[in-house]
Amino acid sequence: MKPEELEVKAAAELAKQQAMDVRLVCCSSTGCQSSGAADIVARIKADITERGLAGKVQVGGTGCMGLCSKGPLVRMTCKGHEDVLFSEMTPDLATRLVDEVVAPVANGEEIHDPVGPLGAHVVDLHAAFFAMQERVVLSNNGHADPEKLADYLVHGGYQGLRKALTMSAEEICQEVLASGLRGRGGAGYPTGLKWDFARRMQSDVKYVICNGDEGDPGAFMDRSVLEGDPHAVLEGMMIAARAMNATNGVFYIRAEYPLAVDRIEKAIRQARQAGLVGRNILNSGWSFDFDVRLGAGAFVCGEETALIASVEGKRGTPRPRPPFPSVKGLWDKPSCVNNVETLANVPRILLNGAEWFAAKGTEKSKGTKVFALTGKIAHNGLVEVPMGITIREIVETIGGGTGTDRKVKGVQTGGPSGGMIPESQFDTPISYEHLQQLGSMMGSGGLIVIDDHDSVVELARFYLDFCVDESCGKCAPCRIGGTQMLHLLDKIVAGDGTEEDIANIRMIAQAMQKGSLCALGQTAPNPVLSALKHFPSEFTERLKQPAAAEA
Amino acid sequence: MSEDTALDDVEVEEAPEDEIVVLAQKWKKKRGSLIMALHELQGRLGYVPRESAMKLGREMGIPLANIYEVLTFYNYFKLESPGKYIISVCTGTACHIKGSPKLLHGIENELGIKEGESTPDGEYHLQGVRCLGCCGLAPLASVNGKVYGKQDVTDAHGLLENVKRDEPMHVAAESDDAE
Repeated sequence: MKPEELEVKAAAELAKQQAMDVRLVCCSSTGCQSSGAADIVARIKADITERGLAGKVQVGGTGCMGLCSKGPLVRMTCKGHEDVLFSEMTPDLATRLVDEVVAPVANGEEIHDPVGPLGAHVVDLHAAFFAMQERVVLSNNGHADPEKLADYLVHGGYQGLRKALTMSAEEICQEVLASGLRGRGGAGYPTGLKWDFARRMQSDVKYVICNGDEGDPGAFMDRSVLEGDPHAVLEGMMIAARAMNATNGVFYIRAEYPLAVDRIEKAIRQARQAGLVGRNILNSGWSFDFDVRLGAGAFVCGEETALIASVEGKRGTPRPRPPFPSVKGLWDKPSCVNNVETLANVPRILLNGAEWFAAKGTEKSKGTKVFALTGKIAHNGLVEVPMGITIREIVETIGGGTGTDRKVKGVQTGGPSGGMIPESQFDTPISYEHLQQLGSMMGSGGLIVIDDHDSVVELARFYLDFCVDESCGKCAPCRIGGTQMLHLLDKIVAGDGTEEDIANIRMIAQAMQKGSLCALGQTAPNPVLSALKHFPSEFTERLKQPAAAEA
Repeated sequence: MSEDTALDDVEVEEAPEDEIVVLAQKWKKKRGSLIMALHELQGRLGYVPRESAMKLGREMGIPLANIYEVLTFYNYFKLESPGKYIISVCTGTACHIKGSPKLLHGIENELGIKEGESTPDGEYHLQGVRCLGCCGLAPLASVNGKVYGKQDVTDAHGLLENVKRDEPMHVAAESDDAE
């Protein structure tokens, strides 16, 4: 395909969509699929065909729209009306929607109330849950069909790559550096800088690797992006490849995410067919292709050197750095591992410019962040917010609080590597630095809300148990330290703990932080330490009482 | 080394011999693709039988020790037949907070087995799994890949009844039967 053909194709698809009287898109991500989205799409399609409306109504899928607990979600775009989002749809409700709203509109009848008979299922798109979000990475979710390349093109797809093809590798690195984009996997290293290291390396082969091994329990940002906008990740990876003169791309995705794997494989096939991947991309003379590898359930593979070992088909154990992967990575060649969300930001940065991106967020944390909002919260789901928003705004305004008569006690960010943040600190703005100061971390974006009935001691134990189980066992501080710390915590949970146990926990924690080989061991004590810091009384209350005189 | 001498007189029962040969040929060409080959093998058989692992190793030229090194490292691979219904209770954080341990114990009591075990008749296999990524539907379980979301953690019996009837969602929205 020639570069100009991108626009032709996009314009044709857009004209087709605009010619439609009604457009119905149903969330086709794992969450809504599990709630029966496929039955609804099938029913709508059958109804549309049966009523002879096929040329007037478009039916399709789309990426996660956020309100996963209220699925399946259907978004309706009716000519002359505002978009409407319907929640908790059923096939029968879909038929009513077609009969009472879609068919009349398509047949040219005046409709005053497109909400029609499904009023109880309408989600207010002006509510805080949506209004306070800012969607960059998730901008196509709810609009484009992730399984259609043409749909991605309508929304500016592959224009970022097109621009990148006219720039030098150094210019791309500079642009991304200027945008202030930092790694969304958790550590927050400047992406442009990371690319630039790989760029400077002289090698005949270089790899760019996408880390889609979202191992953090309670998080599904990367799954949603891979499922909802696979082409954006593909495009981001290709731009990254141009920035460091990489020759091959590797997707590493959790085997537990079959739909995400499917969507990426499909996107690669479509892009290859269109001449966007493979030889002589967009007539530029540049060639690049992808490989897809599956993870197999190992949290430690989120660490880049462990991930690389796993891509090589070995046990996923980390190795000491340096040498960093940018010097010696996959098959000993310079490699760069980027997180899914980081890569999905890239095409938008190239397309809209570094200043556009840098205008969002705080001084040091630019852009937006996708969070998976779960736990004891009214609006469970996926949100994307500008950096700098406070935790309180996310939990209370967007999330709607606990939704029960219980009070919010705190949130855990960063999963098993992060920490607990008490409600009293909720006015802290979201940024890499602020969260670290609180003893937590940005992490990949899991945000788990706990209420006043939940025990932080038990939650800390839950996370530590997870890390102990997932420790690869290669280094002693993590393997032995974690296990010993878990024993002590078990003792406290059982009511047999002493002050000395807490002192020992702190000591072991320090050893693990300093001595562990990789981030898994270094950060494993975080949940316990932050719980001790912010909720010390919950620990002391559980300690063994010398002859308790309680009535 | 004793493994090697035993290789030749092992009968492959679980999979037709050539199926593994084809699979091995496909992946052999790609460097470092042992994990991918094992995924495909488990995808077909439901687990990785020892005999098949031996055969695969021989075809791909990978020592059995290396194969087991990988198989035992990753949670995803199963070394024993998991049974007809594989019940995976999500033990991720969101589900944990919403009481998934209670659900897991409930199912253990109903089936009379522990997590990680199968019923003697081979009907059910129960396992706890790390996050399935459907946290919006917590607490949840998946059975043979189908998600059973928003479960009542005190009603393990009900979940098993739904499994038998193949009705994934516990909260059946109204009673409309989808065709």
